[in-house]
Parts: sequence; structure tokens; C-alpha cells
Amino acid sequence: MQRKDIADRLAGVGYVADTQLAMALWLMESLQRPLLLEGAAGVGKTEVAKALAQIHDTRLIRLQCYEGLDANAAIYEWNYQRQLLAIKAREGRGESADAVEKHIFSEEFLLERPLLAAIREDRPAVLLIDEIDRADEEFEAFLLEVLSDYQISIPELGTVKAVSVPLVVLTSNGTRELSDALRRRCLYHFVDYPGEDKEARILQTRLPGIDVALAQQIAAFVARLRKEDLRKVPGVAESLDWAAALVGLDVRDLAREPEVVQDTLLCLLKTQEDRLALAPEVTQRLLGKVA
Amino acid sequence: MIAQPSVPEQVPGPETVSPLAGAQLRGRVAAFLALLRDNGFLVGLEETRDSLRLATLMALDRPAALRDGLRSLGCSRPEEWRRFDELFDAFWLGAGMKRVTQVSGAPPPSGATRRLSEAGAPGGSLGQPDQVSRADDAGAGNPADRQGRREGATASESLAETDLRHVASPEELARVHELADRLARRMRHRLSRRERLRRRGRRLDLRRTIHRSIARGGLPIDLAWRKRRDKPLRLVVVLDASGSMSQYSAFFVRFIHGVLDRFREAEAFVFHTRLIHVSPALKERNAAKAVERLSLIAQGWSGGTKIGESLAAFNRNYAARAVHGRSVVMIVSDGYDTGAPELLGREMAALRRRTRRIVWLNPMIGWQGYEPTAGGMQAAMPYVDLFAPAHNLKSLEALAPYLERV
Repeated sequence: MQRKDIADRLAGVGYVADTQLAMALWLMESLQRPLLLEGAAGVGKTEVAKALAQIHDTRLIRLQCYEGLDANAAIYEWNYQRQLLAIKAREGRGESADAVEKHIFSEEFLLERPLLAAIREDRPAVLLIDEIDRADEEFEAFLLEVLSDYQISIPELGTVKAVSVPLVVLTSNGTRELSDALRRRCLYHFVDYPGEDKEARILQTRLPGIDVALAQQIAAFVARLRKEDLRKVPGVAESLDWAAALVGLDVRDLAREPEVVQDTLLCLLKTQEDRLALAPEVTQRLLGKVA
Repeated sequence: MIAQPSVPEQVPGPETVSPLAGAQLRGRVAAFLALLRDNGFLVGLEETRDSLRLATLMALDRPAALRDGLRSLGCSRPEEWRRFDELFDAFWLGAGMKRVTQVSGAPPPSGATRRLSEAGAPGGSLGQPDQVSRADDAGAGNPADRQGRREGATASESLAETDLRHVASPEELARVHELADRLARRMRHRLSRRERLRRRGRRLDLRRTIHRSIARGGLPIDLAWRKRRDKPLRLVVVLDASGSMSQYSAFFVRFIHGVLDRFREAEAFVFHTRLIHVSPALKERNAAKAVERLSLIAQGWSGGTKIGESLAAFNRNYAARAVHGRSVVMIVSDGYDTGAPELLGREMAALRRRTRRIVWLNPMIGWQGYEPTAGGMQAAMPYVDLFAPAHNLKSLEALAPYLERV
């Protein structure tokens, strides 16, 4: 796919991308390297992978990372219940232990987990490794091995080579420092909160019914709000929620309906502290700048 | 060994570019990557190769595309992402590259470090590094130093009186390291003991259990267990290097170096009027070299203190990464804050929410008749788990049992 097409197609599936991101996505395809997306929570990192799968019309395989994630949950696992049954079923036949072992550790009893599934797809899939910073460092090493050779070795079975090389997107919220080795392996893109204009465009793309002027106002308000000293800065998902709420309440002009704005702030602010911090006067001040 | 991709190769070959322009551009790109590397970016052979491939494509394209492409390839963390444009402009648009490239905080160029360490190495004496660094300062004028000084606290920087020289005699240094060693060893011992007790494990390892059961007709007689590994305790040291602490900071720099070397997970920060992440500079195994490197970063220390602001910077920029549930944050400061005590209180509260324990070491406690009455200290006290003296080795030693219990 050509570089120019990427941004257009992304817009077509509802993801507003800047040229930098389009470049990164093009490079990851051309150079076949994974892409590491870093940025605060809620800036739309996961959405990139979803949109990428859509424009390539391919499967999105997602691996959500968590503390304690191990190779069994990420790469492959044996189907133990079936193995036990198989052993029982063959008990009477007098087969040697070796033969039984060979049988129960065959392809038939293998359960695919996301990483294995991704490299065995016929067409290159999009593999989303979400919140890699939550996984342990040991897991990073596993991942690095898979991402550099695109093959997985299963001791009982041998090496599984990639049928197709997936488009790998990793996301990180920066709760842990990732290893240099992993960073080097990946292309890098830092996802920031969208600027006012971009956010307005996102709102219009996602909520086709929204008034253009209102979208601009919402984007401006949220941009000001993010500059306040908040514990949880609202992300794009929050502003989309808020915009949908305002559209549902039939609001046309934020400045004219400060009470509704105040009451619907719960869409944007997710902690009690932040809600208290945003007293009506503060909201009024922010609205004043917007109008 | 790499599986053949089924993705069609979309990079056209270099033949699309006129050979001369291509070669020239490739040379420039290689030089730019070297510049990134000098500034601490993670750029290796693979990045260089891919960038050259990219350069061949971009020759016919807009320069903006070259910027975006090189950014994706060259950067690998948020700080680099933010600095990239500056470096790119300096190099490609020729905007005074020499001045811009050595941004403060970047490790000093390896040449300078080598010169320093060679001179400072004989005998490993600690008196020497200080002299050497100043000799270098006067002569070659390391740009990193100057930058650091310009950004320092006040105009009347007290760098001439940097204390490194006075404090540590070689014997003292040896004892500090020995102590840090012992602390780390005890900690590790405790952790491994805990692991042994859990030998029975918490979860059944089905894969191994089944393997073992084959010979018994599928009866799982020998169970295999799996245990979860404990996360090691992480020590985060935040050291006050302001004027009022000057008699102690050199000593603590050495202590921190020892700790960083032994702990599997440790991070160190230094602040006076702003916060600096110093773990990378202290990763150097050779103590004398590491301390020299730090003294370079520290040029222009010993001005005023802004504890509250520095903690705010820590909470905002580093805490999410450096501090987790099994972290102990150790603040070494006398609590004399020139900023507002309310800010310090607020930031301490925020830090308290993230970490397991906050230890505040205050060298002044060792002084007779000292009461923690400084405004900043008062504001911070409610959030401190252990408030302890740290004016000599003995007081640090007394800390070990506490850290073991965490």
C-alpha cells in the first residue's frame, strides 16, 4: 500500500492519522518491523491497531499483557484434558510410553495462543500486543525472540515457522521502562493527545451527526481542560463520550448551557478529586476561553 | 532462518534514484544517525541500514517525509521523540549544530570521559577526579558543563567549592561501598529465603504433570508445581544536592553508586533546583569513573533547593515508571525548601499513594538539639514512614534492619 493511501484509508475507517503516524505504519510494512506506540492512556493507541486491521481487511489478533503473563498464555498451550483422555483411551492397547508420548504431544493437542496464531495466519494478520509494560521482563525476552525470527520452538514438537509475517503493534503506557533490546527492535511513535483541530476532526468522523461548530467547541474545551492539574487527564475516548452525551442532550452551544456542561463533566472526569477541582467557576473560566 | 514474508516487498530498489544524489544523501543520513547516537539515541546497525534504505526512497520525495521516517526509526523513547526535531533542524537546516547538539543531560562525549578517567584512575584516589574535572573545564571547556552551569540555580554558583574533594578519604569510600554491599546482600538473602519456603508452589504445572503421568497410565501421581517469582524490592533514591547539603552530597553519591551496583532494581535521582535522573550515569561499574561522571553532571550544584518542585517533576515524569508496589523511596535531604511547603506536602501525598514506604534520611538529625522545624520538613512529615539520621556510616548501617523488613 502506498504511503499516501494509508492516511486516506485510515480516515475512511474512522481513524484520523497525522503524516507521522502514516509514515510509521508504512515503514513497519515496508521494513517488516514491529511498531511501538507509546503515550498516555486514552490517546487512542489501541485504535491504531484496530484501524490497521480494518484497512488491510485482515484479522486482528490481540494479546493483552498483564503481570505474570507467561509463554503458556501468550504462545501455546497443550490441551491437557484431551491429553489425559488420550492416555486413558490407549491404556489397554499395550503401546509403549514413548509412542503414547509422541501421540499426545502432536499438533492435534496443541492450543494456539495469540503469538502462535498470528504467525500461522495465511494472510499477514495484525498482532496487537497491548500494554506490554504490564508484562514482566522475562516475557519481553520471549517476545523479542518471536519478533526477531518469527518462529517459535516447541520442545515437544519442533520449530514452527511463520506462514506469514504479521504486522505487529505494541503499545505501552510507560508504567515500566522497557528493555533497550525491545525498543531497538521496534519502530517508535509517540502518540500525544490530539490538538484542537485534530480532535474536532476525530469527533466529526466518529459522530457524523455532530454540528461542526459544537465539535470545535468541545475540542477546544477539552484541550483547555487537559492543561488543568488533573489526576486523570481525559483521553479521546472520554471526549467522544462527552460529545455523544451533549449531542444526545441536544446542546448546540456550550457557552449557553453551562449547567449542562457542569452536569455532564462526569463523562470526562473519572476521579472524585478532579470533579471537586473543577468547580462551576473553573468550568465557567474554561468555557469563557472557548466561546 | 527468517521465514519468507508473504507481504509483497514494497520498497522499490535504489535504482529509482540517480546514483550521485543517492550516494550524497546516504552519506548525510549516516552522519545524522551518528549524531543521534552521540546524543544517546539507541541507533545501531539495523537502524542505519533501514534508514539508508529509507533515504534512497525519500530522495525524490518531500523533506518532511524524511523527517518523519527518520524519527520513527531513530527514536525509541518519549524524551528522544521530543528532542528529535531540535537535532534534525540543527543538522539538516544547519542551525548552529555545535551549540545545539550537546543538550544538557546527555552523557558527556566519550572522548572527554576517557581523558578524565585515565587521569583520575591511578591509585583510584578520590582527590584527583575533582582537580581533573576542573582542569578539563578550564582548558577544553566541555560544552555539557557549561550548559549545566548556565541552567543552574543562581548566578553565584558555588562550583569552585565542590565538596567531593573534602569529604571522602579513600578509607571512608571503601567503607561506604562495603556497607552498600552488605545491605544489598542481606536483602537478596531475605528474598531468596522467601522463595524457598514457597517451594511447593501455588499452581499446578500441568504440562510437566502430564509428562510425568504418561508412564503411569495417565494417573497424575507426581505433581509438578509452579511458583510465582517475587518481584525484587526496588530502591529509588532521591538525593538533595543543594548548598545546605553540600557536606553530605558527595558522600551519598558514592553510597548510591554502591547501591545501584548491587541492587537488581534501583533508580537514583538528584535534585537541587531541578531534578536529574542519574542512574544511567551511575551504571558505570568503576566507582571512580562513575563519580567523575556524576560530578560532571553536577557542575553547578549547591544553589538553592526546591524540594517540592523537584518532587513534582519526579511524580509527573518518572514516578509511573520508577515506582511500583514493591518500591521503597528514599529521600535524602535536610528539608530546607525555598519553595512553598504546601506544594511539598501535596507532592509527598501523591508519592505516598504510589509507593510502599517512604524513608526520609536527614543528616541534620545527627546534630545535637535539632528539631525538624523547617517548613518543608513539617509538611512532609505526615507522609514519611521512617525519619532517620544519616550523618555518618553508623546511622546508615542502622537502617539495614528496617529495609529488610519492608
